Amino acid sequence: MTERVAPSTQPAQLPEPEAAIEWLNTMMLIRRFEERAGEMYAKAKVGGFLHLAIGEEATIVGSTRALRDRDYLISTYRSHGHTLTRGSDPNHVMAELFGRVDGLCKGRGGSMHMFDLERRFMGGYGIVGGNLPLAAGFALASDYLGTDDATLCQFGDGASNQGTFGETMNLAALWSLPVVFMITNNQFGMGTSLERHSAVTDLLRKGEGFGVPGMRCDGMDVVDTYNVTTEALKIAREERRPVLVEALTYRFRGHSMADPEEYRTKEQVDEWRKRDPLAVFGDQLVAAGMLDEEERARMDRETMARIDESVAFADASPHPAPTALYEDIYVLGDQVRGWYSVDERTPTPHRGEDEHSMDSADLPRSAEHTGSHPVNEATPKPADAAQQGED
Amino acid sequence: MRYREALNSALREEMARDPNVMLMGEDIGVFNGAFKVTAGLLEEFGEKRVRDTPISENTIVGMGVGAAMTGLRPVVELMTINFSLLAMDQIVNHAASIRYMFGGQVKVPLVVRMPQGAGHQLGPTHSHSWEALYLHVPGLLVAVPTTAADAKGLLKSAIRDDNPVVFIEHEYLYGQRGEVPDDEDFTVNFGEAAIRREGADVTIVGISRMALTAARAAKTLSEEHGVEAEVIDPRTLRPLDLDTILASVRKTNRCVIVEEGWPHGGVGANLSALIQEQAFDDLDAPVQRVTGADVPMPYSKALEQLAFPHEPQIVDAVLATFRDRTAS
Repeated sequence: MTERVAPSTQPAQLPEPEAAIEWLNTMMLIRRFEERAGEMYAKAKVGGFLHLAIGEEATIVGSTRALRDRDYLISTYRSHGHTLTRGSDPNHVMAELFGRVDGLCKGRGGSMHMFDLERRFMGGYGIVGGNLPLAAGFALASDYLGTDDATLCQFGDGASNQGTFGETMNLAALWSLPVVFMITNNQFGMGTSLERHSAVTDLLRKGEGFGVPGMRCDGMDVVDTYNVTTEALKIAREERRPVLVEALTYRFRGHSMADPEEYRTKEQVDEWRKRDPLAVFGDQLVAAGMLDEEERARMDRETMARIDESVAFADASPHPAPTALYEDIYVLGDQVRGWYSVDERTPTPHRGEDEHSMDSADLPRSAEHTGSHPVNEATPKPADAAQQGED
Repeated sequence: MRYREALNSALREEMARDPNVMLMGEDIGVFNGAFKVTAGLLEEFGEKRVRDTPISENTIVGMGVGAAMTGLRPVVELMTINFSLLAMDQIVNHAASIRYMFGGQVKVPLVVRMPQGAGHQLGPTHSHSWEALYLHVPGLLVAVPTTAADAKGLLKSAIRDDNPVVFIEHEYLYGQRGEVPDDEDFTVNFGEAAIRREGADVTIVGISRMALTAARAAKTLSEEHGVEAEVIDPRTLRPLDLDTILASVRKTNRCVIVEEGWPHGGVGANLSALIQEQAFDDLDAPVQRVTGADVPMPYSKALEQLAFPHEPQIVDAVLATFRDRTAS
């Protein structure tokens, strides 16, 4: 098997100290947040799947720091870092993982479906490749409305095999849309290595046949990722041409928490861990005199305290009320004032939200006692079952 | 005005009314649309607003979803409902779910238009009637207009609405004529059924084209059997105007549901369940369903005509509700 550790690039020019510290801080926030999220998953505070991006922080932060505030970012089911890097409050991200009302999405989306419209983080999506057409749609709207906003669409190496990949490349090029597609090539589509899932392993070339030129960055290097993404966004924004960027990176943890990692060797993981972007970039800043070890340790302590706060916040946030089950399905207005929905807890159909104002006490039985969806902190996580049916 | 012209005028008026309404679809521009619904719109509104797309159903619907999330009101045309299955991921996993799964932060004002229906010998990949597939999905609105006026009024409402709409037209109906109010403010609200014919003896609910077939059957029932049927066209399935249907059933005590689609998990299966839950004591006979045959659509004209409901089957089903079941 070919090792795909990216060649170390020429030492790139570090950004100004203020920016450099902020980048490190954000990478640290993502790392510590996700480590804690993993612990909370083990404690069954977090349900469903939990896909961690530990090891990919430079790709996340480097690429998104190349964005303007008004640009759109869209990502995948591995998106805690993407919403945090856009400035979402860690309290609300953690509360979303906990499935609580103060979650970014009121506890409806969970780990795979983060979203923060105000910060133009346009979502994490659970369908591999499903987010590419949406990204092209954002770019279409930006173009149509005459703005110079651009879109950055991130997806994994596995998604480059979906039909939407080719379809979206073609349409984005055909319609000259201001969008940058970034393949976060972490070497595996779940447990299937790049060589085993893609006939073309130089993924930056996969857009060429559709008229989308490719670039590559060292996704373990936040500065290189920033520089390449900046160049790609400039082309997208100014020349109205989509660009495909391949970021070479690696996830240090399993595909999800339910991953026995039988598809790769410990040696390979260890080799990549030597290039831990958080450690490498921190060392660079110390070497450049922008940071001393004491300051670095203080940043880490403050980050940990911030994460502690987010866990306490999430824990204190209430579970959604039973009535929230039927909220936000439709936008009600003059044309659509309601709809018949069959409530599975009672055979009585009820008209839509506007007439659905029951208290939980009115429910035939409390949602707490619906057998299929227990709100139970101690729900065991069957690792094997959890993997079933996942993308 | 023909049904297709009514749709065309709805698109034209809404595009003139709102600059963010735009169209995407295969062959909708230069070719004027596979069924000519978009005829003349490219010429009138230009390439920015009327976009011919490659044959990439899932992606053009997905782009519509994305554009709808970020300020546009896209109307995507799919050439048949069969092709919409290629876009099922974007319609169900994305368009219908996005508002809910993101906690109500965003809306998806998208219309996906598609024709359905048998009768043109197009075989098993171009002829199905699948309103039931979309009726199944919370988060979507589903329209099944039958008349030219409803086609126009509902399409205008669909475009103005902030929810994703699956707008199901019918290939047979495109050429049908009907009166259409000459008023740019004319719309038809979702969730309001139309009573096509009043009658006291039996309620017939007809979906999509079957509302017309049911109306013809009602005439025969009146003339030849002395049975006065009330014919209801729900016009939209989500939201569904169950109140109008139940009020009719409570009056007639009998109900027959007619649809072109498959029987299992069909519109009639769902509706008959709702009726028996809500009006069981008012029924003098079991709710009858007349549906398309439980087969992929055959090509042969002889077989195809057997595969979707016609007037005599509806008449028989209605008469069956009057049969004295204790006699057998």
